[in-house]
Amino acid sequence: MSGEITAEATEASTSIRTQPSTRARPVPFAVTVIVLAGAVALTFLVSNYHLFQLTMLVGYAVAILGLNIATGYNGQISLGHGAFYAVGAYTAAILMSNFDVPYWATLPIAAIISAIIGFLIGFPALRFTGLYLALTTFALAVAVPQLLKFKGIEDWTGGVQGIVISKPEAPFGLPLNPDQWLYLFSLGVAGLLFLFAWNLIRGRIGRAMMAIRDHALAAEAMGIDLALLKTRTFAVSAMYTGVAGALSAIAVEFVAPDSFTVFVSIFLFVGLVVGGVASITGAIFGAAFIVFIPNIAEQVSKAAPGAIYGVILIAFMYLMPSGVAGLLRRLYHRLVPSSR
Amino acid sequence: MIGRRTLLMTAAAAGFVPAAPAILRAAETPGVTDTEIRIGSTMPYSGPASSYGTIGRADTAVFRMANDKGGFAGRKVNFISYDDAYSPPKTVEDARRLIEEDHVACLFNTLGTPCNTAIVQYTNDNKVPQLFVSSGADKWGNYKKHKWTIGWQPSYVTEAQIYAKYIMQKKPDAKIGILFQNDDFGKDYLTGFRDVLKDRFDKIVTLASYETTDATIDSQLISLQGAGINVLVTVAIPKFAAQTIRRVAAMNWKPMHVLTGVSVSVGTVMDPAGPENGVGIVSSAYVKDPTDPQWANDAGMKEWHAFMAKYYPEGDVKDASNVFAYGVTLTMIQALKQCGSDLSRENMLKQATNLKNLEIPVLLPGIRVNTSPTNYHPIRQLQLMRWNGKVWELFGDIIEGVSA
Repeated sequence: MSGEITAEATEASTSIRTQPSTRARPVPFAVTVIVLAGAVALTFLVSNYHLFQLTMLVGYAVAILGLNIATGYNGQISLGHGAFYAVGAYTAAILMSNFDVPYWATLPIAAIISAIIGFLIGFPALRFTGLYLALTTFALAVAVPQLLKFKGIEDWTGGVQGIVISKPEAPFGLPLNPDQWLYLFSLGVAGLLFLFAWNLIRGRIGRAMMAIRDHALAAEAMGIDLALLKTRTFAVSAMYTGVAGALSAIAVEFVAPDSFTVFVSIFLFVGLVVGGVASITGAIFGAAFIVFIPNIAEQVSKAAPGAIYGVILIAFMYLMPSGVAGLLRRLYHRLVPSSR
Repeated sequence: MIGRRTLLMTAAAAGFVPAAPAILRAAETPGVTDTEIRIGSTMPYSGPASSYGTIGRADTAVFRMANDKGGFAGRKVNFISYDDAYSPPKTVEDARRLIEEDHVACLFNTLGTPCNTAIVQYTNDNKVPQLFVSSGADKWGNYKKHKWTIGWQPSYVTEAQIYAKYIMQKKPDAKIGILFQNDDFGKDYLTGFRDVLKDRFDKIVTLASYETTDATIDSQLISLQGAGINVLVTVAIPKFAAQTIRRVAAMNWKPMHVLTGVSVSVGTVMDPAGPENGVGIVSSAYVKDPTDPQWANDAGMKEWHAFMAKYYPEGDVKDASNVFAYGVTLTMIQALKQCGSDLSRENMLKQATNLKNLEIPVLLPGIRVNTSPTNYHPIRQLQLMRWNGKVWELFGDIIEGVSA
């Protein structure tokens, strides 16, 4: 029943979009290939330290993409995605240290566990909207470091001490050092997740998600099952962020409650807004902001890096109210009039 | 052609041999040039623990003072410290930047137990000295596990050992109740008591724990009183320590009361608890308290005040963190002086673990810094002190913890 209506909606919107998109698409595709090739090339061009930073950037990009799926595309504001990031990270660390699971195998498990938790948290999210949901998820983020110290699970989580894991070596005798390999591995995982997100957003479900964001009542009238879609969106969102957490845990080789303070959630949110809400590529810019801006702020002033960070953030929001991705989109449309 | 390649390969291979001949030494001293010694650190200049950031700024100022006084065999220290916001992943990033990009000779005074835990494997794998870390955790004394990492301040375990010894000496029939925070900090104290009491621990000790999320510790105190203990040991952060002191007085309960050195601040514990309620409480210290009038004319503290005025005028002279920073950096400076002209990482570690009866002006009189390849607890002495309603009065001799 609902399928019919959405199918119709699908046709309608595609027919509207076909015209410009066929002409505009080759450019973004070429850009994607160039960016990806550049990202791979970096493996052999930059130092191990910078590769580590880039690996973290890739992780944050996936996490922000996850947040974007819930917040940007579905309108569910979450200030608690650091919790899923922590769940993913701890899943990977516990599996690697207690159960000798190979690092790559921890990712799907981290994905499943984060998705389940995200799904469960999605239920109360149904009753709360907007700012109330933001506060509820914020409470989750505040609770996480303390929950991780809980006595009952200390044998697994290592309590306050956390868990130290070791960095994977490159497989099949590839001539790569661990940093290079982990960067490429993360890049591959992220590439798949970005592709999947792109497909999801551009498809029927993506449009339904955005319809809910734009007008929930109208969306329901069109036959979209609000409860189902919102909880599932939250689950997918949590899954992304969980995988990102697992990737970061493997890169950092350590998890502890202090690694997942409420600031993680806030930084992810900052990355989301700076990069561009409801933009897939925005996640990458947002991640770059999270990784590089604190270092720049510190170079400016050691006395008050927080204040400098704040000033930079305000400047970004003032100059690019729709995020980096929004600015780029505008520039692109201006330079290539046919894409409008 | 072959000759050159062989030469190159030999040189490359030699880089991986720790005990390479002296001729190769020069190439083996990363972070050291003819004019400078690069030393790195990570500090919480921002984030939840940013109040400790002053330690990094004071460290920098002490090195500046040392450079002004002539430096180290013609070299000056270039101290590079990065903000890690007390976030372990950021500490890893910073440590890698320091070691791989800035090529520092060693890390010094990296701050925070979780932050140091995050990088200890990395520094040890790469054989980079991680000297005199800012953390009271006992594990930095584990020279077998982490040869390249050493702490500085007395560990909580050492402190607990000293309390246990004192209690057994004063009250051989003690029934001890320990109120402790349920985390690393609290558990280190239990370890210390076990070290001293051994088999008797289970017989004479009653435990009560609290979580930092608890609203009050009233029920814990009532259960300890009910258990008939006559010695109360409070291992709590300032907020709960103040509550405990006030509550014990209100209960009209008069056990012998021992309080962790973490919570002896007059401003945040003793005054809020009511100064008269804490009379007789015993605790311990190892550095001179900058707010304590008894050190007003002390030569060591005068030296520190002069340093603060000249090199760190914006720093707070009431903040004990700045005293700590002065002491720990002077320790590092002594290790560097002992290195002479051999500033290889091996020798830095060797000298840092070969400090003999080093006197630091801001430590309590009689407390000395001692290290050896099998003693990675530079300060293992403390002095007991008693609250008289106005100030903490030091008493007794300097006491040493049992060897860990």
